[in-house]
Amino acid sequence: MKAGGLSWWIRCFVCFQEPPRKNSAANPQTEMVPVVYLVTQSIHCSNVPRNVNLEKLRSGYLFPEISRHETEHLQKNPDARLIRLGIGDTTQPIPDTITQAMAEHVRGLSTIQGYRGYGAEQGNMELRKAIAGKFYQDMGIKANEIFVSDGAQCDISRLQLLLGPNVTVAVQDPSFPAYIDSSVIVGQAGELEEKTGKYRNIIYMNCGPENNFFPDVSTIPRTDVIFFCSPNNPTGHAASREQLKQLVEFAKANGLIIVYDSAYATYIRDGSPRSIFEIPGAQEVAIEVSSFSKFAGFTGVRLGWTVVPEDLRYSNGFPVIKDFNRIVCTCFNGASNIAQAGGLACLSTDGYQALRNVIDYYMENAKILVDGFESLGLKVYGGKNAPYMWVHFPGLSSWNVFSEILKKTNIVTVPGRGFGPAGEEYIRISAFGPRQQILEASRRLKFYL
Amino acid sequence: MSLMNNLSTSTISSSSSAFLAPISFDSRTQSVAFPLKNINVVKCITNPQEQQTAYKTKVSRNANIAKLQAGYLFPEVARRRAVHLLKYPNAQVISLGIGDTTEPIPDVITSAMAERSHGLSTLEGYSGYGAEQGEKALRSALASTFYGNLGIEEDDIFVSDGAKCDISRLQVVFGSNVTMAVQDPSYPAYVDSSVIMGQTGQFQKDVEKFANIEYMRCTPENGFFPDLSTVVRTDIIFFCSPNNPTGAAATREQLTRLVQFAKDNGSIIVYDSAYALYMSDDNPRSIFEIPGAKEVAIETASFSKYAGFTGVRLGWTVVPKQLLFSDGFPVAKDFNRIVCTCFNGACNISQAGGLACLSPEGLEAMQEVIGFYKENTKIIVETFNSLGFKVYGGQNAPYVWVHFPSRSSWDVFSEILEKTHIVTTPGSGFGPSGEGFIRVSAFGHRENVLEACRRFKQLYK
Repeated sequence: MKAGGLSWWIRCFVCFQEPPRKNSAANPQTEMVPVVYLVTQSIHCSNVPRNVNLEKLRSGYLFPEISRHETEHLQKNPDARLIRLGIGDTTQPIPDTITQAMAEHVRGLSTIQGYRGYGAEQGNMELRKAIAGKFYQDMGIKANEIFVSDGAQCDISRLQLLLGPNVTVAVQDPSFPAYIDSSVIVGQAGELEEKTGKYRNIIYMNCGPENNFFPDVSTIPRTDVIFFCSPNNPTGHAASREQLKQLVEFAKANGLIIVYDSAYATYIRDGSPRSIFEIPGAQEVAIEVSSFSKFAGFTGVRLGWTVVPEDLRYSNGFPVIKDFNRIVCTCFNGASNIAQAGGLACLSTDGYQALRNVIDYYMENAKILVDGFESLGLKVYGGKNAPYMWVHFPGLSSWNVFSEILKKTNIVTVPGRGFGPAGEEYIRISAFGPRQQILEASRRLKFYL
Repeated sequence: MSLMNNLSTSTISSSSSAFLAPISFDSRTQSVAFPLKNINVVKCITNPQEQQTAYKTKVSRNANIAKLQAGYLFPEVARRRAVHLLKYPNAQVISLGIGDTTEPIPDVITSAMAERSHGLSTLEGYSGYGAEQGEKALRSALASTFYGNLGIEEDDIFVSDGAKCDISRLQVVFGSNVTMAVQDPSYPAYVDSSVIMGQTGQFQKDVEKFANIEYMRCTPENGFFPDLSTVVRTDIIFFCSPNNPTGAAATREQLTRLVQFAKDNGSIIVYDSAYALYMSDDNPRSIFEIPGAKEVAIETASFSKYAGFTGVRLGWTVVPKQLLFSDGFPVAKDFNRIVCTCFNGACNISQAGGLACLSPEGLEAMQEVIGFYKENTKIIVETFNSLGFKVYGGQNAPYVWVHFPSRSSWDVFSEILEKTHIVTTPGSGFGPSGEGFIRVSAFGHRENVLEACRRFKQLYK
């Protein structure tokens, strides 16, 4: 059957258009509205159906949306001195010892001895060993169970490709949006229920102050996979050993897999577990995803890792690690060797100490902001084991609060609703930023709110 | 180092499909009769191993991945190389298999990357998250360098960490309910990513093809361009030119027919131009040189083989604004959504390198390196020609496609490896029409290429 070409030009009268807006920032992804317009020339539409899963995504990914609001605000107020406490983007320079290692590696690429082509897709063995030694000492995690990547966000999608469309997932509510969005994209999520704002096939595990940010496992229906992030983005809560034991037991009893996001583990200050593998038995039920982004300021350099224990098996006994390795070899080609050279330097004694100082800097920022909000009589969560504060504005719509704060104080935050329905009434404030800006932000908030 | 990595992972991704088969824990029971007085007792003895049955979750393995027959092709080749080295620890193995670049990156490019690295330690030079679509300056330079007069704009270009990754991201955009066509033979990532996405049926051992994929034969008989009149319509057509593995470069006339075919059928071409700069003949380097292509094609490209960035990781994909799904929705919007959600941008240092590649000095330096590999290719072509082989490719790509009539390509691969310690790639790894061919890649130090050719001459004289 012939399709496409001129025979379709009438259908193309009604195409999807963006509402007109001036924007020079990263391509905005907004709600598409149907627009009818006259064409004086034919438009060719392919006959390839749009992926129905992508249709289920109602708006752009959360963080480009925040960028868009920021840009719009700046266009209306060109003189505004914007302070960005929204997207969790690191701001402090990377310690010398690490960038020097990267520069040295780069210069080596111009020499015969130092040139490197394709690396192992799973990452440089030296780096994998260093990660195992630094973060999984005494937990029985081996270097060959560690897969180096270009970041946790990418790994989450690769894990979803691995798991496929026929698994069910549970997420914390609120949670990092990539879990839900990737689930929708891969076809696990079902339809969006407009009323609740939830996807039909996803289980949302409410995490709030009332339950100490840990779901009541006795009330959770079984799903194949649970995404769990600790320290949590956006609430900042670090799960206790007791809570994680419950989670692992729940996983074991129900034969499910935990995908544990430990991207903020190095921000923990109160002795809470830094890895799911600190819990006995976790190796049979969990995958751990982590990142150098917030640990080392590598948000632009792009480096992370995922741990898939050999003991993690599908229902037919097949080791998950074999399939993950296949995905990594087929859909990926390794993290940049420059980033990996940097990663190795991060885990050296000097590198690690220097990075601890940067983390301390951000956590001092967090303290200033926590004090600021508390002095206003607001309930503030987080900020102790993570670079995020989760501030409660009872009875208010988080997008409205976001807009008010932006308008009145020129401070960018993130509305809690962007992280899930239970995020309504909350605002996430990130602690990344130069000290001066943090102090200024604190001043403005005290003055205007 | 890479060798050891592959060795350690070889235990994980073996080529044997039996190894990949689900591990079944059959319990073997035995009935034993104990002749006790006046009592017949039947005792069942289970295999002692069963008492330590490994814990299994209740999560089903992804059936799509289970359809894959073996490991991805190149780790497979690497595995065999590793096994060979264990057998002959002193062998001087020469790798003309995996198309891995070997020559150092020109200074002009690495100094830009070193500068960017150092800059990340300063307040003015530090940058965090970049735009997921890539840094503006790089997108702009790509547009003007490669698509100058072709009407492709900066915001049609998405910078990535390489073509292989982009292929999978494109598959995620398309989803599981589209059909695809590939050249046969072709770069294995197209087929494998299609299987993983769930677009295909099972592997059919008798014809060595996955059900539901349209394989477009490209052989010497048809000049390595498919007979489009026999090709069934699919939603997506993967087309690589200059071709990996055959080295064939499609002519303007052929690409015009391809674009027309896509237009008539409402299909989308995914055009892989990773080797475009290796073109010697006057063939199109970009699909967008063909009028009308912007409405039917996506183009993916890479710095890997131009700048030796195989480890640095940088590429790009062009999705024109004019490319629309059947409901009129722009493909670029969905690709952008995937890029923002499933990706977080290419390494900023690599992007600084990419920008330097596109400076006049950088372009010149890249041409020199490409010229070096092309000279290697010439040497390899001449060698096989002189030995009386039918040789294809080599003119427009760093690959030589050598015909070994009536022979199994894995057998020839093994024979060459065993007898000359040279790693090549068996043609059947690229598809059933690759059977009877060997791909020899031209990346290597000059002395290694010369030595390899000496050994070929010795073996096949």
